[in-house]
Amino acid sequence: MEAAAVPAVDVADRAPAAVVAGRDLTRRYGEGDTAVDALRGVTLEVQQGKLTAVMGPSGSGKSTLMHILAALDKPTGGEVWVAGTKLGQLKDNDITKLRREHIGFIFQFFNLLPMLTAEENVLLPLTIAGEKADPEWREDLIKKVGLQDRRTHRPAELSGGQQQRVAIARALVSRPTVVFADEPTGNLDSKTSGEILELMRDSVDSLGQTTVMVTHDPRAAAIADRILFLADGLIVRDMPRAEPSAVIAAMEELSQPS
Amino acid sequence: MIAVALKGLAGRKVRALLTAIAIILGVAMISGTYVLTDTMNAGFDTIFSRSYQNADVVITGKAVFDNANGNTVEAPTIPESLLGEVQNLPDVALAAGSVTTDTLKLIGKDGKVIATGGAPSLGFSVTPSGQPFNPTKLTAGEWPKGREIVIDKATASGEGFAVGDQIRAQAFGPARTFRVSGIAEFPGVSVGGATFAIFDQPTAQVLFRKAGQLDAIRVQAKSGVSTSDLVGQIRPLLSPRQIVRSADEQAAQDKKQASGFISFLQYALLAFAGVSLFVGAFVIANTLSITIAQRMREFATLRTLGASRRQVLWAVVIEAFVIGVLGSVLGLFLGLGLAKLLNAMFVAIGIDLPQGSTVFATRTIVVSLLVGTIVTVIASVRPARRATRVPPIAAVREGSVLPPSRFAKYGTATALTILAAAIALVCIGALGSGIATGPRLLMLGGGVLLLFFGVSMNAAKVVRPLAAILGAPAKSIGGAPGILARDNATRNPARTASTASALMIGLALVTFVAIFGQGLRSSFEDAVNTLFVADYAVTSTNTFTPIEAEAGQALVGAAGVSDVTAIRAGSARYLNSNSDLTAVQPNLEAGVAMDWLQGGEDVPAKLGRDGFFTSKDYAKDHDLSIGSPITLQFADGKKADVRLKGIWDEPNGGSPFADVTVSTALFDKYVARPRDEMVLINTPDGVSDANTATLEDGVRNFADAKVQTRDEFKKNFEKPINSLLNLLYALLALSVIVSLVGIINTLVLTVFERTRELGMLRAVGMTRRQVRMMIRYESIVTALMGAVLGMVVGVFLAALVTHALSSEGIVFAVPWIQLVYFVIAAILVGVLAAVIPARRAARLNVLQALQYE
Repeated sequence: MEAAAVPAVDVADRAPAAVVAGRDLTRRYGEGDTAVDALRGVTLEVQQGKLTAVMGPSGSGKSTLMHILAALDKPTGGEVWVAGTKLGQLKDNDITKLRREHIGFIFQFFNLLPMLTAEENVLLPLTIAGEKADPEWREDLIKKVGLQDRRTHRPAELSGGQQQRVAIARALVSRPTVVFADEPTGNLDSKTSGEILELMRDSVDSLGQTTVMVTHDPRAAAIADRILFLADGLIVRDMPRAEPSAVIAAMEELSQPS
Repeated sequence: MIAVALKGLAGRKVRALLTAIAIILGVAMISGTYVLTDTMNAGFDTIFSRSYQNADVVITGKAVFDNANGNTVEAPTIPESLLGEVQNLPDVALAAGSVTTDTLKLIGKDGKVIATGGAPSLGFSVTPSGQPFNPTKLTAGEWPKGREIVIDKATASGEGFAVGDQIRAQAFGPARTFRVSGIAEFPGVSVGGATFAIFDQPTAQVLFRKAGQLDAIRVQAKSGVSTSDLVGQIRPLLSPRQIVRSADEQAAQDKKQASGFISFLQYALLAFAGVSLFVGAFVIANTLSITIAQRMREFATLRTLGASRRQVLWAVVIEAFVIGVLGSVLGLFLGLGLAKLLNAMFVAIGIDLPQGSTVFATRTIVVSLLVGTIVTVIASVRPARRATRVPPIAAVREGSVLPPSRFAKYGTATALTILAAAIALVCIGALGSGIATGPRLLMLGGGVLLLFFGVSMNAAKVVRPLAAILGAPAKSIGGAPGILARDNATRNPARTASTASALMIGLALVTFVAIFGQGLRSSFEDAVNTLFVADYAVTSTNTFTPIEAEAGQALVGAAGVSDVTAIRAGSARYLNSNSDLTAVQPNLEAGVAMDWLQGGEDVPAKLGRDGFFTSKDYAKDHDLSIGSPITLQFADGKKADVRLKGIWDEPNGGSPFADVTVSTALFDKYVARPRDEMVLINTPDGVSDANTATLEDGVRNFADAKVQTRDEFKKNFEKPINSLLNLLYALLALSVIVSLVGIINTLVLTVFERTRELGMLRAVGMTRRQVRMMIRYESIVTALMGAVLGMVVGVFLAALVTHALSSEGIVFAVPWIQLVYFVIAAILVGVLAAVIPARRAARLNVLQALQYE
């Protein structure tokens, strides 16, 4: 563990070519006897313009990995680069700036602001950054997620699927370097899930949007260009695009006691 | 981002309103105070400036000094002959004299003096040629001639007098009957509790005991003559005891005393507004803290979308700013109504001042809006800083808790240090020796504020033990809901503590007032019981305005009266200060039991025309010993040399005597129209209905005289203390209401927060009634905590201050019954505060509550 946290100097100082990269990531929660190692040395690179899925059973460390890559959490050891910037000792203000320019989020529970309309929610990242949306882009985006008739509705007046569409548009609006999606279909029925996954796939294909998605739903993982399997805080398998059945098989393989 | 914050606010209207209420009341108090005092000021302005309408300059007598804090000093009169000289000046167009008095009592149809509370009962004269100067306007009848009178409209309609009726009036000597020739008013202004009566000049001069004399000469210059030229022409005609001023200066001079009182009133009321705002700030800070805890996910989401800490901070502060502005605007207008309520309260305790039309000054608007907004924004800073600590990861994680602030580890130490510093400051302020009054008051005031902070910061630590004690009855009365209520109250000790702290402030001050008032009252009672040995006393109807000395003299030698001894009250200048002066008669001991330390038991009899007596303390402070000479100077400038002939031990609770007391023989020689603060009387067989009747008959001609038995007399003297205390309670009630709002806020937000839990409780069989009960008990436990903390602080402060003032005879006496009332009041506050939240909780739809998010 200690050794993994101290990578060779020549490698560590060179920024990787990938848009998002993690090297020798460890994350320990708690201290002493009750300490839990959620990540035990993960190194990965996220390819530009691709949809990467992170899969794994509960407690595998997949959420922790995403939180660390998205600068929501800090690793106990190791380094993270986003868009060529080493997160390491960045100040809160720099991280904020990084989020504005490079990171978009899609949440399991949508996390829309209840008092804003659908359109206002979509534009919120730009509002926060004090920028104006290019009208053409805004219209394209709203059309793409199918919210033309729902612009002035508030989240409470939208179905779960519609709310997640708003959230996807919100994640895309600032054309971030990478979008992180945390169980985007975890709170939706299967039909709606399918639509949302299509939309995400489409955003990668038509916009070239680099996306990292954490999920435990094999159907969701099956739309990804690449699937990383995590177990016990380590990447145990790196799989190219696969059918749901293959994903399920891989998952079952993982849950076999080794 | 601002737009986002504002939309968020619009989405939580109820919460915003609940928060705003905390500021509305305090601002209403500020605005109400200004509106009321401005309106009073305008009333006085109108009266005094109208008093000199059409006059360019005014000649009056000039007292050698004025006695701002004691008995009024009557300016000397002007000989009528001066009027002729003034009229003969080349540049004078018109000059007219007048006489006035502020103790002209009108007698109602029931034979009693028409009460004016503490307001003056004015009498003045008019002359046909002086009509242009007359400030009043007739609404009926005509101006008086001979034994005729014009009375004011309010009295006429209130007491049922019309033109042609007979009315009795009295200034000096027995009451006389006049025919009402007309009814008049001061146009555009209510004179408050005051009455006025107008006579023709010769009649007024006789009635006011100013034959051949005038109080003022109003002069109008010929056109083209400047005021200063006119003043220059008149000045050589005047004696040193006369003065000529421009009409404006004279009006300002007349208004001085009223202005002083009004600004005192203004500061006092603003202090109470400050207390309410202080409590309001607590409530706002607490309400915002709770809402922020509930909106953690929202803030975290904003952070993940790229909002900086600064933006989150501003979002909260801007919300508070808008709430502050809205609350202040509402408070500003509520103040207009509150001004009326305050005035009604003052009238109820006998302060009935003139009022012009309502004045809503720019200053009122600016100060109200500014103070209300600033207080709200300041109160929001701490919650806003908490909001900035919400980590972005809270957006994806259920049940995140706020990370402790950088300073959290010093929390306990800081809280204890602040509390200790506050106690030290208050103790030094109260007990330290050799501190000037200004810094002392500053230390006390600052210390008390700090004390409230200190106690509230430490209160979280006593929430658990207190809840265990206070919640014990809830358990036995309420069963399971009672136990849950008690545990809910301790679930978030910091929150409960700050909710209770708001109530603590109000109750601490109320308790302090109760104890201090009790101390004041008991020392006063002691003094009265020791001093007054007479069977009866005669005073003016309102007990405090001195009554003309003739009333007491009428009883001397009357059948059935054994002793009559009067205590005169006036003002004089001695030992370099303008002070009260009292005078006694040789038989003083018949009415007052005095403890003579030097000079022997017969000091009053020995005073003669060159003696005075004083108290032990005054003698010591001024290095006086038997035989020490002092010089008294009276308002008209005459001087009298007197020597100290007696020193007595004045009780701590005070006495009717001024620092210097002379004989009535000396007093009456220098004071033109002597007045008694009281006349003490013994009858051969003590108090009886027959004797009361005899005495009342004896002063029948003096309508303003009130005969009281010893017990009645004591009660009458205590009345002002009691009405003052009641007024203070009423004003402090405002801050208690604000803290009640605070409890409501906390409970409403708590119910919202526990939606799922309440649904679960209902699902496992808790009835709606039990839910309501649970919320109500939690509210009562919180209120009682506030009460207990407040009473402890209040008792502490009162013990300190009464100890510091023990040399003034103020004892520390806890009015237990009142404290029990306060506890009951706190329980009521708890019950009231729970009404809305309990209803909301009970109304919860079980299914929806469980599905919530």
